[in-house]
Amino acid sequence: MRNEMEIIFDALSDNEGFARVAVAAFITHLNPTMEEMADIKTAVSEAVTNSIIHGYENLRGYGRPGEPEESEKANPGKVRLCCVLENNILHIEVIDSGKGIEDVERAMEPLYTTKPQLERSGMGFAFMEAFMDDLEVESTPGQGTKVRMIKKIGVGGWIEHQC
Amino acid sequence: MGQIATEDFQIIDNCLLIQLPEEIDHHGAGFICECADRYLVRKEVRDIVFDFGRTRFMDSSGIGIIMGRYRKISCFGGKVIAINVDRQIERIFRLSGLNKIVEVLES
Repeated sequence: MRNEMEIIFDALSDNEGFARVAVAAFITHLNPTMEEMADIKTAVSEAVTNSIIHGYENLRGYGRPGEPEESEKANPGKVRLCCVLENNILHIEVIDSGKGIEDVERAMEPLYTTKPQLERSGMGFAFMEAFMDDLEVESTPGQGTKVRMIKKIGVGGWIEHQC
Repeated sequence: MGQIATEDFQIIDNCLLIQLPEEIDHHGAGFICECADRYLVRKEVRDIVFDFGRTRFMDSSGIGIIMGRYRKISCFGGKVIAINVDRQIERIFRLSGLNKIVEVLES
């Protein structure tokens, strides 16, 4: 069976939670293990956060309660999240048309970050790689970035049983 | 999804105890760092205890919070301790190498 969904949302940090919960809801009927669910949510959260703060350089909000200050105006931009489920394999694409990545290989190195002042750990791509079965990053500077991830659902229970 | 509030920060002896929220992502991370740093500057804090008892989700932003605080207190001999850590969060600790700088206490 094939099932597909697509959502487009503003590149605001408020939507990070929305994006991962939407993907989680999309796959619940497959009865994923807690671990698979957590892996997918973490990977989606990393990819979407990257689009927001690096792709669109949208640092607004940053978790402060209340209305953002005038100086923290949001950069306009949309993040597209597409999911396809086919034979228990989940394909996720997170696409932005932000500023893109100059050196993808470098960006994917653990602990490498271009925004150390934000106290990000530089582990985003490392987490996506570790928690998903496959990760591909395509980026054109000035045009945007596409992150493609794949995960097979329904194998976790078996592996847990064997260990 | 609850925001972190002032009552989530407590000082016991010279230890700052932080009750982390249910979900730790970039959206809430900045505010947690800001609040924690306010205590680190003002009060006599040596060690920091992160309580993950309520936490059901964490991404790499959580690693950033802990690493940043560790840098600030380790030069004064402070320690970072994590309590009530579930399996998923422990995996993230291991994957990021954070378990080398954070003491995870079994509760």
